[in-house]
Amino acid sequence: MRSICLYLHMHQPTRYREYSIFDVSNDSNYFNADYYSRQSNERIFKKVTEKSYQPMLGLIEKNLHQYPNFKISLSITGTWLEQAEKWAPELLETIRRMVKTGQVEIIGETYYHSLSYYYDLDEFNHQVEAHAAKIKELFDFVPKVFRNTELAYNDNLAKWAEERGYQGILAEGWDKILGWRSPNYIYRPTGCKNIKLLLKNYRLSDDIAFRFSDRSWNEWPLTVSKYQSWLDMECLRGNLINLFMDFETFGEHQWVDTGIFDFFDQLISSWLKVYDNNFLTVSEACNLMEPVDEISMPETVTWADTERDLSAWLSNSMQKSAMRTLYDLRERILKTNDSKLISDWRFMTTSDHPYSMCTKYWNDGDVHAYFSAYASPYESFMYFMNVVRDIEYRLSLFEQQK
Amino acid sequence: MLGWELPPHNSGGLGVACLNMARALSKEGAQIDFVLPYKANHPEAKFMHILPATDLDPIYRYGNGSYESLRLFEEIIPTFKENEMISIREIQKKYCDFVEKYLMEHKPDLVHAHDWLTYEAGILAKKEYQIPLIAHVHATEFDRSGMHTGNPLIHEIEYEGLMMADKIIAVSEITKRLIHEKYQIPLSKIDVIYNSLDENYEKNEYQFYDANYRYLQKLKETGHIIVSTVGRFTIQKGLPNLVRAAALAISKNPQLIFIFAGDGEDRNELIELAADLGISKNVIFTGFIRGKRLRDIYSITDIFVMSSISEPFGLTALEAAHHGDVLILTKQSGVSEIIWSAMKYDFWDQKKLADEILAISKNPALMESLKENVKTEYRKISWDQVAKKCLKIYNKLTKHKRN
Repeated sequence: MRSICLYLHMHQPTRYREYSIFDVSNDSNYFNADYYSRQSNERIFKKVTEKSYQPMLGLIEKNLHQYPNFKISLSITGTWLEQAEKWAPELLETIRRMVKTGQVEIIGETYYHSLSYYYDLDEFNHQVEAHAAKIKELFDFVPKVFRNTELAYNDNLAKWAEERGYQGILAEGWDKILGWRSPNYIYRPTGCKNIKLLLKNYRLSDDIAFRFSDRSWNEWPLTVSKYQSWLDMECLRGNLINLFMDFETFGEHQWVDTGIFDFFDQLISSWLKVYDNNFLTVSEACNLMEPVDEISMPETVTWADTERDLSAWLSNSMQKSAMRTLYDLRERILKTNDSKLISDWRFMTTSDHPYSMCTKYWNDGDVHAYFSAYASPYESFMYFMNVVRDIEYRLSLFEQQK
Repeated sequence: MLGWELPPHNSGGLGVACLNMARALSKEGAQIDFVLPYKANHPEAKFMHILPATDLDPIYRYGNGSYESLRLFEEIIPTFKENEMISIREIQKKYCDFVEKYLMEHKPDLVHAHDWLTYEAGILAKKEYQIPLIAHVHATEFDRSGMHTGNPLIHEIEYEGLMMADKIIAVSEITKRLIHEKYQIPLSKIDVIYNSLDENYEKNEYQFYDANYRYLQKLKETGHIIVSTVGRFTIQKGLPNLVRAAALAISKNPQLIFIFAGDGEDRNELIELAADLGISKNVIFTGFIRGKRLRDIYSITDIFVMSSISEPFGLTALEAAHHGDVLILTKQSGVSEIIWSAMKYDFWDQKKLADEILAISKNPALMESLKENVKTEYRKISWDQVAKKCLKIYNKLTKHKRN
């Protein structure tokens, strides 16, 4: 048996608007930017729905009906779900139908797509539970496998997930960790007894996610038969190919005119045509296969950049200061019991916010700049801190009342 | 090369840019004859031939109409008589005569003319002697007049020079677009070459002398933040917007001190505006300063603002960065096209400027990040790169000759 474990990540942050210091204490609307502004969550969500969510979900659903052996796993953040409820409820309807087929599995994660694991374990636990509750409510599904924001993973997180009863956890199949070993097997995290580790095959994943339409790539254009021959070769190093990528790869990162949808469509039928080939969801892979070895990642590994670490989120002094200031407020915020204030605070924990303050490659004006909703990392930080100032102001009003 | 001034006889950035460019070009092997409208000693420019087009003192170069009083003239040139008044047009005519005489005897590979002042001589070389012409635009008349209609005569000379040129070099994308939009020159004819910081500026051993500004030093020790701007107080610089933004910012943080270093025809208006807005206590006007005193201002400054409505390049921003200032630049400045580690705003957006000043003054992490990152960034820009790009253009224009 040769299996593809395909997992797509669905997320939109709740972007704060260009929130001025002159708004502080006067206007606590942080997230509803003007429709045509750069930070308009509604405009961006609707745009991506049209370009990616809607056509890709349609394509997946069609294949689920056509091929009972086609399986897929999705991770969907709480912030994405809330935006879909407001601006594209039909997407939720589609996902609900898909989950009912039993061929689709939803993965557990934090509700707010945060890096709270690194700041406050209580908060992290809360956000994971809140996410599970939301998935249960909307899709009547209980996540059995866990992925942390940006696939940030280390040994302690694996222990945490095992204690929580997860069957599996996802991480990057990074060469520096694997050495000669192949990502195409199941592994056991060091220090764990039951939980299984699935590793992303980043080469074959990135061939689709990043390189598919790159005309300077010597393999361009990527055809289904070429890609399948790579899959065949890769299966010589283990029979489980973990293809993990952003859902928006289809239609948003790679536009429709690159042929990405047709590629995906044909790949499914072409792969399943071969005897003994199939697709597995993440928990099916965990159930069917036994770990071949133990793997240890004492330091955090993510799926981002060439460094595969958290430096794009939490390395410069602005990012550190923004996160520290935010998380320092947590206990006082929770004490107020004010649901609006608490949820406003939690929306600020989304990892996209510190990511938009990243200056690592800023001078080169690259991918970080392209995906940012702000004119510069410095402006992003400025507006973030203004919002936190207003949250603190509201907090002080609550505390005075007592 | 056709220029109008060189240090030490320069009134602004034009002379500094010409000297640095010529020096870097000559290092790359270019032989340069540099024509000036006056006669003087230029110890820094020994690497090229300086050709004085007239016997006039440097003081005359912009005509004496541009000075407020004749007393100044009389101080500098004791033999000066009022009937010896000479206008800039007369000097330009003498300049052209000289270039014509020069061309009868010499045949340069090309002529590189800096700004409208020298374009007539450049046009002459192109028309009468078929010498390839490069028109270098450091500023247009639209910039100098704050985007209003400027002097029609200057517009005409500028237009003709740009039309006749084989290639135009603009100091920024914003200048390139301006040339295209206002003078309908095709974009393909215009190359952008950014200026750089004066080499000597970096080499000079400079030490901050705090006695010059002891009062400001004291204020800083008590938690005040110094915001400053440097330049001529003219309509081009957008300073009233800065004063209004200052008032907004001070309303949230009374520990902000604004320094306006420079002088110009708008000075009284600015002082009055600051008074009307009730922020005179937080605003300091230094008058015209240069050299070491100017560097001391940069040194004591925390935040440097370039508020220009239109700034072809904006060398002062690089100088400020050199002294460790955090930069806030209008998007309408050329320098903002190459500096990423800075806060930016549209020149009319007073609220955003106030927001940025306040954010920097209240968040040490932001101030430190901007300060450190811009330091590594401005160092990447050099005159050597400028010279290499110029040479590429030179080679293209003279190709037919070599073949």
